[in-house]
Amino acid sequence: MNAATLFGLCGAVLVGLGLYGLVTNPEPLRKILAFNLLGSGVFLVFGVVARRAAASGLGGDPVPQAMVITAIVVAFAATAMAIALVLRLLQETGRSTLSADDPGGTDGGNS
Amino acid sequence: MPDANVLHDATTTDGALLVLAIVLPAAGILLSFVLGGRYAERIALILLPFGFVIAMIIFIDVWRSGHLLVYIVGDWKPPLGIALRADGLSATMMVAMAIVFCAVAIFAYADFGTREGSAEVRAPFAFWILLMAIWGAMNLVSLGGDLFTLYVALELLTFAAVPLVCLDGRAETLQAALRYLLFALLGSILYLAGTALLYGSYATLDIVLLSRRVEMEPATLVAATLMTIGLFAKTALFPLHLWLPPAHAGAPAAASAVLSAVVVKGSFFLVVRLWFDVMPGMLGSAGSQLFGVLGAAAIIFGSVVALQQQRLKLLIAYSTVAQIGYLFLIFPLAFDAASAQLQGTGALTGGIIQAISHATAKAAMFMAAGLIYAALGHDRIDDLGGIARALPMTVVAFALGGVSLIGLPPSGGFLAKWILLEATVATGQWWWALVILAGGLFTSCYMFIVLSRAVAPPSEPLKFQIVVPRYQEAAALVLALASLLLGFVALGPVDVLQVGRLDSMMVTLR
Repeated sequence: MNAATLFGLCGAVLVGLGLYGLVTNPEPLRKILAFNLLGSGVFLVFGVVARRAAASGLGGDPVPQAMVITAIVVAFAATAMAIALVLRLLQETGRSTLSADDPGGTDGGNS
Repeated sequence: MPDANVLHDATTTDGALLVLAIVLPAAGILLSFVLGGRYAERIALILLPFGFVIAMIIFIDVWRSGHLLVYIVGDWKPPLGIALRADGLSATMMVAMAIVFCAVAIFAYADFGTREGSAEVRAPFAFWILLMAIWGAMNLVSLGGDLFTLYVALELLTFAAVPLVCLDGRAETLQAALRYLLFALLGSILYLAGTALLYGSYATLDIVLLSRRVEMEPATLVAATLMTIGLFAKTALFPLHLWLPPAHAGAPAAASAVLSAVVVKGSFFLVVRLWFDVMPGMLGSAGSQLFGVLGAAAIIFGSVVALQQQRLKLLIAYSTVAQIGYLFLIFPLAFDAASAQLQGTGALTGGIIQAISHATAKAAMFMAAGLIYAALGHDRIDDLGGIARALPMTVVAFALGGVSLIGLPPSGGFLAKWILLEATVATGQWWWALVILAGGLFTSCYMFIVLSRAVAPPSEPLKFQIVVPRYQEAAALVLALASLLLGFVALGPVDVLQVGRLDSMMVTLR
C-alpha cells in the first residue's frame, strides 16, 4: 500500500465518521464539528488526487491544491457563520437545539 | 452546454458582458460597504435595472446568433483556465431572475428603504447587500463553465440566502436559518467530494471537456451520486425538504420571495447542468425513474401538507415543496430509451418554463401574503375574510399566481405542464401524467380554500395595522401578470433554450 492509497483511505474514513456524526447528532454544535470532520476528509481526498498526478514528473498537480485552498476558506466561513447563528440562538432562547418546534417554549428537555 | 467546436474555445465578441454580469453586483457590494448605511439601497436600486439590461443584451445576442457567448478568464484556456459560457438556458434564467430581482427591489423599498431623518438600522443595510450577493451568485451559477466555479457560486448563494432567513433576529427564524445552513453545508460538502473524485478521474472539471471524457465507471457514479444528493438537499427535494417551510415562511416577505423564487432554482440549475450537459448518458432508465419518483412524492406530499396549513405563508412554502417536484419530472420524461441518453429538448424546455413561471408566480404570492400580513397583523387563513375588498390588487396578484401554479391557460404553468404532458404521451409513461394532473387538482384545492376565505365577508370589521403602499401591490401584480402571460412565449423565443444544445448534437452525430 503506497502513501496515496493510505491517505485516500484515511480521507474515506473521515468522510464516513463526519457523515455519521452530521446525520445522527441532534446538537447543532456537534453537527458543525462533524461537518468539519467530513470536510477534512474531502480535503484529504483532494490532496491525494493532487499527489496521484505526481507520476508525470511534477511534485504534485497544483490545480487540486488551488481548489482545496478555496474549499478550506469556504468551509471556514461556513463554520464561522454557523457558530454565529448558534451563539445568537443561545442568547435569544438560552438553548441551542433544533429539535423543539417552539424554541421559546419551556417544555423541551432534550437540549 | 457541450458545444464542443474549437471555435468556441475562445472569447467571443460581447463575451465581456458575462464578466460584467458578475462583477457589477460584486462592485455594488464592496461600494456599499465603503459608503455604508443608506447608500446600499441606492446602489442596489441603480444596479439592478442595469443587471436586467445586461441580461437582456446577453439573451438577445444568444437568441439572434444561435451561438454561445464565451469568455475565457485571463486568456487561460480550459482545462487549466476558467471559461464563462452563456448558452440558451443560462441567458433565459438570467433574464427571468433579473425581472424577479427588480420587482423584489421595488417591493422591498417600502420595508427596507431608509426615510429622511430616520435612524440607520442594520437590517435594511444587510438586506440590500444580500440581495446583490444573491443576484451576483445567481449570475455566476448561470454562467460558470466548470464544476468548481459552480461550487463556489453555490456557496455564495447559500451564504447570502441563510442570513436573509433570520433578518429580523427572532428566535424561530434563527432556528430556521441554522437548520437551513446545516442542510446546505451537508449538500455543499457532498458536492465538493464529487468534484474531487471527478477531477481525480478525468483531470478536468470544465463542463465541455468533462462531457467528452466522462465514462461509465464506479468512481464517476459515486461522484455523480454524491453531487446529486448534495444538490437535492439544497433544492429541498423531498425527502430533504425539512428545512424549507420554516425558513421560507419565517423570513420577511421580500426575502421569502427571493428565497423561494431564485435560490432553490440555483441548485436545480446545477442538477440540470450535471445530468444534461456533463453526463447525459449516465443517468440511465432506473436513475431517471428514481428522480421522477422523488419529484412525484414531493408533489403529492407538499400539496397534501399545504392543504392542512392554517397560516398563509406556510401554505405557500409547502406549495413550493410541491412545485419543486415538477422540476424533477423532466428527468424520466427527457430520457430517450433508444440512445439511453437524456435529451435536452421537449421535457427540459418544459422544466425551465416551469422554473421560471414558478419563480415569478411564487415571488408574487409571497409578496401578496406579506402585504396581507402587514395589513392584518396576522396571516391565519381562517380570518382572512374581507381582505379581498380591502386589498383587491393584492388578492388578484395572489390569485393570478395561483392560476399559474395550477396551470390554467395562458399561464407559464400551463405551457410547462402542457409540454410535460406531451412528453409523457410521446414516451408512453402515462403514470407521470397522473401525477401532473393530481398536482394541479391539489393546487386548485388549496388556492380555492384561501380565495374563498379572502372574498368572504369579515366576521368583524377589519382593523388595519398599516396602509399598504400602492407600488408594493403593483410590484406583486406585475410579477403575477408576467407569470400569467409567460404562456405566450410558446409563440416566440422558446427555441432559444436549444442554443448550445443542437450544435452539440450535431457534433456527436459527426
